[in-house]
Amino acid sequence: MSPPLFELRDVSREFRMRGGLFSPRRMLRAVDNVSLRVEKGEVLGIVGESGCGKSTLARILLGLDRPTSGEVLFEGTGLEVMDRRAFTRRVQPVFQDPYSSLNPRKTVGEIISLPLRVHRVGDQASHRAEVKRMLDRVGLAARLYDAYPAQLSGGQRQRVAIARALITSPSIVVCDEPTSALDVSVQAQILNLLDEVRRTLSLSYVFISHNLAVVEHLATRVIVMQEGRIVEDRETVALFREPRHPYTITLLGSILKLDATRSSREAAHAD
Amino acid sequence: MVLRAEGLNVHIPTVHGALWPVRNVDLSIAPGETLGIVGESGCGKSLTSLALMGLLPVRARRHADVLEIAGNDLLQLEEKQMSNLRGDTVAMIFQDPMTSLNPAYTVGEQLTEVLRRHTGASRRQALGRAAELLDRVGIDASRQRLAMYPYELSGGLRQRVMIAMALMCEPQLLIADEPTTALDVTIQLQILDLLVSLQEEFGMALLIITHDFGVVARIANNVAVMYAGEVVEHGPVGRVLSDPLHPYTRGLLSCIPVSGVHTRGRLLPTIPGQVSPVFRGADGCGFRNRCNRVFDACESGEVPTRFMGDGRSVRCLLYEVAQGAAS
Repeated sequence: MSPPLFELRDVSREFRMRGGLFSPRRMLRAVDNVSLRVEKGEVLGIVGESGCGKSTLARILLGLDRPTSGEVLFEGTGLEVMDRRAFTRRVQPVFQDPYSSLNPRKTVGEIISLPLRVHRVGDQASHRAEVKRMLDRVGLAARLYDAYPAQLSGGQRQRVAIARALITSPSIVVCDEPTSALDVSVQAQILNLLDEVRRTLSLSYVFISHNLAVVEHLATRVIVMQEGRIVEDRETVALFREPRHPYTITLLGSILKLDATRSSREAAHAD
Repeated sequence: MVLRAEGLNVHIPTVHGALWPVRNVDLSIAPGETLGIVGESGCGKSLTSLALMGLLPVRARRHADVLEIAGNDLLQLEEKQMSNLRGDTVAMIFQDPMTSLNPAYTVGEQLTEVLRRHTGASRRQALGRAAELLDRVGIDASRQRLAMYPYELSGGLRQRVMIAMALMCEPQLLIADEPTTALDVTIQLQILDLLVSLQEEFGMALLIITHDFGVVARIANNVAVMYAGEVVEHGPVGRVLSDPLHPYTRGLLSCIPVSGVHTRGRLLPTIPGQVSPVFRGADGCGFRNRCNRVFDACESGEVPTRFMGDGRSVRCLLYEVAQGAAS
């Protein structure tokens, strides 16, 4: 059996908090003893409220941050012994804010081809062809090749970010709140795009979001985090049907439904 | 009616001609009632609320046939009188409590300022009232909190402080612009439920601006759906959510992933294209480029508002045709 894409063993990440003049320094455990696996083809959803450690975990998966303790294995190899270039080609990010994650002074073509230049793959002509292919893949017109981010809408920018992530043919894309900054009609377009490219390119995702309905729609397995720990790790349908941990129950109970509670309550009064 | 607006328009002159980000908006809210305005970015929902408060950006101009809040004709008021109304008769809470609270003043100083400005209450009286309200919005140790600075409070607590500040003078109309968007889901639910219970207690009218139909479903009686500066559909929340009339409302409701509804592995319905960023005093229906029911007549002319008889109104030519065929 092939090893999982990612395996985390007892991973913790501590941050030193600045103490006051007389108060001692404190340690904040943003990620606390997390063990998890991401199998090939899986969409692992990570949910939790602000400060639960989900973004720190994403940074650790992307190799942007190192755990204070514990082991991170990618396809069975420890990250610290892996070639950094080889790793980053296989693991790519899509971040929340398409306004700040794209360099405003570079054209769309330059932004999308940057990973190829960093990894010294191909020549200028092949980059151009590859970017055009990617633009088409993510549903952007070829004429946007020379456009700047400021000329694009939020949805278009997020498509550029996705194209940039896909151009190195990664095995896994870590998406940190990829639709949170978008309008709902655009969110559906981006979710469909993510789902479609995953299937055609047989990708895996780690999908981080505070929007539980979005995670339920996309993820095959869901991890619920609270204060740096994993409190529940289960297959999506089962988790949403019968959550077990009290925190998961509270979290799922907070999802706003599209039933008109206020007017139905008043209708009940009127009867 | 606490709020009555008819024919509300906002226009912004630019070198390329005038933009009309709010067009022909009619709104009314009775005491104790909640109206939700829902729409995507750039639909004009926030400018509508700022127009009501008289807080539009400098270059923007407001026009209306009728604009009344609690019996005051806003069209006749001088800025001085309007500023007496703000914070007193009508109060507003914003999305991000970190940027709308002043970081350099304590919670107590900011809370009491409103009351002292409007009623001339003494510092002592105002502090007493502030503590009372902090208790009421569910902040414990209210006396100690008054001496704290905003950075010492969590996001949920800051939003509670904002709500307490808005309630200091017992406004008749409370306008809340995306009040829970910056908050975690569990906190969001607490804040929404708090708003409902405060409303029941104080009997004020509530205008809530949001992009989230879930928020409207939870607390509003009526909803106005805005697109490209116009109210395209208006009516009781239950009816609009269960049987939307306008193609935009239908599209918007169908493209939201809903918890408990199995959609994994399937594509979500989408509305093609995107909200046009700029709206001129336009000819024809503003939604026609994205609409799946578009026909020739949508290209030109004004789309009138059709009142449907069940408390709903819709601005779409489909219903003009239906009406014409029936008569």
